[in-house]
Amino acid sequence: MIVSFELNGKDVHVETSSDRRAVDLLREDLGLAGTKESCGNGDCGACSILVDDKARLSCLTLAAQLQGRKVVTIEGVCGEDGRLHPVQKAFIESGALQCGYCTPGMVIAVIDLLNSNPSPSRNEIREAISGNLCRCGAYQKILDAVEEVVKDSKKEAS
Amino acid sequence: MSHALVPTKLEELWAYIAENPEAMLCAGGTDLLVKIRSRSVTPDCLICLERLDDLKGVRFEAGEIIIGALTTHRELLHDPIVQRDLSILASAVQNLGSPPIRNMGTLGGNIVTASPAGDTLAPLYILKARLKIRSKESSRSVPIESFILGPGKVDLRAGEILSEIAINQDSRFTVNHFEKVGRRNALACSVVSMAALMNIAEDNTISEIRLAWGSVGPTIMRFGDVERLLEGRQLTVRGIEDAIRKVQQSVSPIADTRASADYRRDVAGRLLLRLLSYASSR
Ligand SMILES: Cc1cc2nc3c(=O)[nH]c(=O)nc-3n(C[C@H](O)[C@H](O)[C@H](O)COP(=O)(O)OP(=O)(O)OC[C@H]3O[C@@H](n4cnc5c(N)ncnc54)[C@H](O)[C@@H]3O)c2cc1C
Ligand code: FES
Ligand code: FES
Repeated sequence: MIVSFELNGKDVHVETSSDRRAVDLLREDLGLAGTKESCGNGDCGACSILVDDKARLSCLTLAAQLQGRKVVTIEGVCGEDGRLHPVQKAFIESGALQCGYCTPGMVIAVIDLLNSNPSPSRNEIREAISGNLCRCGAYQKILDAVEEVVKDSKKEAS
Repeated sequence: MSHALVPTKLEELWAYIAENPEAMLCAGGTDLLVKIRSRSVTPDCLICLERLDDLKGVRFEAGEIIIGALTTHRELLHDPIVQRDLSILASAVQNLGSPPIRNMGTLGGNIVTASPAGDTLAPLYILKARLKIRSKESSRSVPIESFILGPGKVDLRAGEILSEIAINQDSRFTVNHFEKVGRRNALACSVVSMAALMNIAEDNTISEIRLAWGSVGPTIMRFGDVERLLEGRQLTVRGIEDAIRKVQQSVSPIADTRASADYRRDVAGRLLLRLLSYASSR
């Protein structure tokens, strides 16, 4: 089938089989290797993408399910001019990663959180990234980074 | 697998089912796609239910709360009717899987998977949920405990779908309690869970109680004799200690990688002690 959807702000039409996993479609057919696969079973969150603004696991999503949807991967979270998303910037500034393999999924989970709750508590942030495993154990710095984003956006608002 | 179909209207769904009688239904896919990946099921065709808006959302109808089977766990958590009137279901969904699992997984999928560890099931049993089962031609309604026949086994015939979950709030309970014991808080299958609905009289006796346990038998377990024993009892350690023993004798847990059978048996009974925190402090 031809699957048509919005990917990182642009319309795409790709010929694929309807049961191809979204993670394979994105990484292999469309060359967007920012989205990672680790467990392939829903346990780790590395493959998270935004579909209609909500975090979904691309390892448990089929190509046919993307039809007509708005999809954002880690490659598409930055501004049009290539400026980093505030969450990306805070991850870098707080050193919230070691190997970086979990980072794309973490950033997607945090963007989903901040869309629905712009000033989460540290516990709410923990809860929001509880589906994302970081084998390097960078959790504390990740929480720090998200708190920085929240602080900055409050400063901007006042 | 060879293809996936995504109907947007019920008529389209019935037509796809008729054309592909061997197809499997996929809601959030969080159980099914994992099983397909491990090749424990190998369907030729999947029919995805996610765009059937008629099967989504929570509403009141003729004195009942009706939940569309395709409502996701996240939608349940954010729903004002669920928050106000079905807080026991909300507590169960709160720790189901992880945020992305709750964004994708549905209430209907949790029921049809019929795992003894399915987190929504114990609450739905004591809420006396009835399930609406539809096919192109017909519709029937069954109590959840007759729908779930065993682990992974449900009373769903060819061409049928679970369309709605109906909850009749004939009795109101002041205590809505759910607890899941797992190895960690997120992404943990329950080791034991207990759901309780309870009313307490002014003299601190239990006036009405409904209880259900998950992960301690092939399906959700309820014990009428334990409930009858507790009704009229003081909500104190002495008042409930024989009920704890009776639960421990009645459950039939298995041992697996998460816990031993003895541990499950012990904890299943002791979870009743948590109800003491609701005792009226006079
Ligand atoms: C990482 C991970 C963690 C998890 N953690 C938990 C947990 O903590 N607690 C828990 O209870 N579960 C957990 N699950 C299991 C799963 O997420 C839930 O059971 C979820 O509710 C399933 O819903 P779904 O819509 O994804 O079902 P699907 O996978 O789409 O479907 C499951 C089964 O139900 C059938 N089905 C679905 N909807 C219908 C319908 N309307 N009519 C007829 N048949 C239907 C499908 O054909 C399939 O056989 C977890 C899963 C994963 C991958
Ligand atoms: S790769 Fe998708 S959740 Fe682990
Ligand atoms: S930084 Fe290595 S997995 Fe998280």
